[in-house]
Amino acid sequence: MGPDLTVSLWRGGVEGRYQTYSVPKRENQTVLDVVTWVQRNLDSSLAYRFACRVGMCGSCAMTVNGRPRWTCRTHVSRVAESGRLEIGPLENLPVIKDLATDMRPFFEKWQQARGTFAPSKTRHDPIETIRPDSAARLAAAAAIECINCGVCYAACDSVRWNENYLGPAALNRAWTLVNDVRDTANVQRLAAVAASGGCYACHSHQSCQEHCPLSLNPTASIAGLKRGAALAFLKSEIEA
Amino acid sequence: MNVRLYAAQRLTAAVMVPLVAVHLAVIIYATNHGLTAADVLARTRGSVAWAVFYGIFVVAAAIHAPIGIRTVLTEWSRLGGRSVDAIATGAGLLLLVLGLRAVAAVVLP
Repeated sequence: MGPDLTVSLWRGGVEGRYQTYSVPKRENQTVLDVVTWVQRNLDSSLAYRFACRVGMCGSCAMTVNGRPRWTCRTHVSRVAESGRLEIGPLENLPVIKDLATDMRPFFEKWQQARGTFAPSKTRHDPIETIRPDSAARLAAAAAIECINCGVCYAACDSVRWNENYLGPAALNRAWTLVNDVRDTANVQRLAAVAASGGCYACHSHQSCQEHCPLSLNPTASIAGLKRGAALAFLKSEIEA
Repeated sequence: MNVRLYAAQRLTAAVMVPLVAVHLAVIIYATNHGLTAADVLARTRGSVAWAVFYGIFVVAAAIHAPIGIRTVLTEWSRLGGRSVDAIATGAGLLLLVLGLRAVAAVVLP
């Protein structure tokens, strides 16, 4: 299979350095396979995070050759220029150790953006019928498949520059709920995303859209929130 | 930026779009026709229309620009929120005073 891969992995916490390993090249090999091979064969103290290995759980995102990626679905052959890989933890999040970041700020912002469904019915009520071709359902459907991997958050310049910014994933989640006709917390949700650090901190750079492994467009979701919150403000439904 | 600042910045931008167009047209007209300062002042002095036009322009700019300055300082400086707000407010007041002073200088008889 030709020469081995030269793989540099971030070792340490905030203070640390890249350490280089030689990893056998395979015909069919993901970036996560490479990291796992190092951990199992060269250095068992390597810390990283993964679960499903099939692009569903959103645990394994890392910075690969400078770009945030889901490592379980990123084939080495597509990203390793001349057989070199540099793999680090996601940016814009505190590093715990090696390739594992502390995701708490990311998920706390989902809470701040009111990313929790607030039901209008109980289990005893009949299920609400929602037309699949209704405008709200189509808007929600376009944004709903987020796997919470944090790639957009790591790619976002606005997050990098403004630590209070809720970030693309949390706002994208809020947008799906704004378009959920069963939800009852939209006034509070629009107020939450209209506050400082909310949707108006987005500069529409579209890095989230560029990097999202599921090809979602959080920038469009945030634009929807900007319109919705501005209208709610002008109608005095929410306060600034 | 919150929704109040966003609305203020977008609304003032909408106000300024036609004003900028007219302002540029006036500049091009004045230079193409070789108007001197005296010629310009002869047209603007005592004109309520130009006073209102540039008065609105100055007020809109004095609201619009500091909101942008505030965002830039928030993201690119280490200043705290209160310092940023103070600088942005000061910049807005400065633009307002200088702008209205300039308007007064060309429209007052």
